Amino acid sequence: MAGLSDLYQEILLEHNSKPRNFRKVEEANQTADGYNPLCGDQITLYLKVIDGVIDDVGFQGTGCAISRASASMMTQSIKGQTVEKAKEIFDAFHHMITEPDGELDLDTLGDLETLSGINEFPTRIKCAVLAWHTMNAALSGESQVTTE
Amino acid sequence: MTTVFDVNKVRDDFPILKQWVNGYPLVYLDNGATSQKPQSVIDAIVNYYTTTNSNVHRGVHTLSQQATDSYEGARAKVRQFINAGDDREIIFTRNTTEGINLVAHSYGRQNVGPGDDIIVSNMEHHSNIVPWQMLCEEKGANLRVVPIDDTGELLMDEYEKMLGPRTKLVSITHVSNALGTILPVAEIVEMAHAHGAPVLFDGAQAVPHMPVDMKELDCEFYVFSGHKLFGPTGIGVLYGKAEYLEAMPPFLGGGEMIKSVTFEKTIYNDLPYKFEGGTPDIAGAIGLGAAIDYVNDLGFDWITSHEEELLRYGTEALSSIEGLKIIGTAAHKSSIISFVMDKAHPHDIGTILDEQGIAVRTGHHCAQPVMQRFRIPATARASMAFYNTKEDIDALVKGIDQVLEVFS
Repeated sequence: MAGLSDLYQEILLEHNSKPRNFRKVEEANQTADGYNPLCGDQITLYLKVIDGVIDDVGFQGTGCAISRASASMMTQSIKGQTVEKAKEIFDAFHHMITEPDGELDLDTLGDLETLSGINEFPTRIKCAVLAWHTMNAALSGESQVTTE
Repeated sequence: MTTVFDVNKVRDDFPILKQWVNGYPLVYLDNGATSQKPQSVIDAIVNYYTTTNSNVHRGVHTLSQQATDSYEGARAKVRQFINAGDDREIIFTRNTTEGINLVAHSYGRQNVGPGDDIIVSNMEHHSNIVPWQMLCEEKGANLRVVPIDDTGELLMDEYEKMLGPRTKLVSITHVSNALGTILPVAEIVEMAHAHGAPVLFDGAQAVPHMPVDMKELDCEFYVFSGHKLFGPTGIGVLYGKAEYLEAMPPFLGGGEMIKSVTFEKTIYNDLPYKFEGGTPDIAGAIGLGAAIDYVNDLGFDWITSHEEELLRYGTEALSSIEGLKIIGTAAHKSSIISFVMDKAHPHDIGTILDEQGIAVRTGHHCAQPVMQRFRIPATARASMAFYNTKEDIDALVKGIDQVLEVFS
């Protein structure tokens, strides 16, 4: 059984208190709103995609420490990446959180690996994946996504 | 004279409270969501299925008669519990939500037309908003919302101004599930009746904590759930004045609710069966009856004084925590403490408390307009019942210390 320290790692708490890219991207050309109706967590994700590369990314919204830190770390990991690579990171992250079989693609995940403890807290998985589903929606041209 | 019960002896009646969760003794502070069940309720349900199970109002055989007697006995207990005038005024439903929907579909569709008003408050549970929105949309009627102040009190002047000849129903909560406010129900009824408007109260959060008296209150409808009253899930109650229920069309068509059926014409059954289409939750009703017996044995004199003390103790303890703010500070409150913290989101609070065996509710409590009113996304809510203790509050305070430590 994972304890609180596995969930609330220092890096997560640090991203929660100082989220990166927590801003609107004025020149965004792909944006989406994510909403978790169960808990009220809400995120707007802004992507500026040029020639298949995520040139800039930002997010705004309200949510718990897990959803906020997950969103912050996601923006760091996808900024400057190709859309294709961002989807690869999504797959690796989603796998880590929802199918905890111990097989982690550490090269793709990087720092995101520190969020793996969330898979021990089923009620908090939705918090962790909200930003990621929102990114997927934005990249697929959908403007809204909900998780429940 | 009030009998004083030893709360630890009372706790012995609730087997679930002996459990450990995540390595800690369970501290159950989520009674606003659902309450725990005493052994006598569990036994009543087991006993029914073990010895009596049969369908009601149907067979001539012995078990069917016994099941019918038990089911109708439960109805009589409910009638006495809320001091209604007649068993025919007690309709068994699944829960509070179904009770409100029944009134919306039956009374509402029959009586509400274009330009009419239905009045609710800003602190309703979604179950007392959405059915009326659906009705208003269908009929071209208006949903009017009585505002609340910063403490969570209803603004009675605003309410009075909203009342008029177009008011077809006032549907308001008796106790706010998100804030704990106890509403001035007698005044609400008096003002509505002065304008000829009937009143429905959502009593889901009231009946487990205080006596309610239909004759004295004089409201037209009153709804509540069994599971918040220490009874099983799946059973609820709609009280309605007989003259209203008589005039209303049925809600669910089917068996039980008819006297005779031909393809040309169906004659509906009498009250209360007209509103109980299909085989009811017989075991649920019997369980609810046992829960009412249990609550009656304790008595509301003791229950309310014990819970008032818990509320006072808890409010004082939580107020003294730096960076913690209580949402809902009305003068008259039930034993509900909703709060937010500067440093931690309610969901993080909920997870950290759960790791210490403490169950609270976090989120919008199915009352999103309340959250919007206070400009917050969610709260953490500790809701107490008569089996809670000051030690439970102490555990909560200690749990919150852990939250502060994580988010220091």
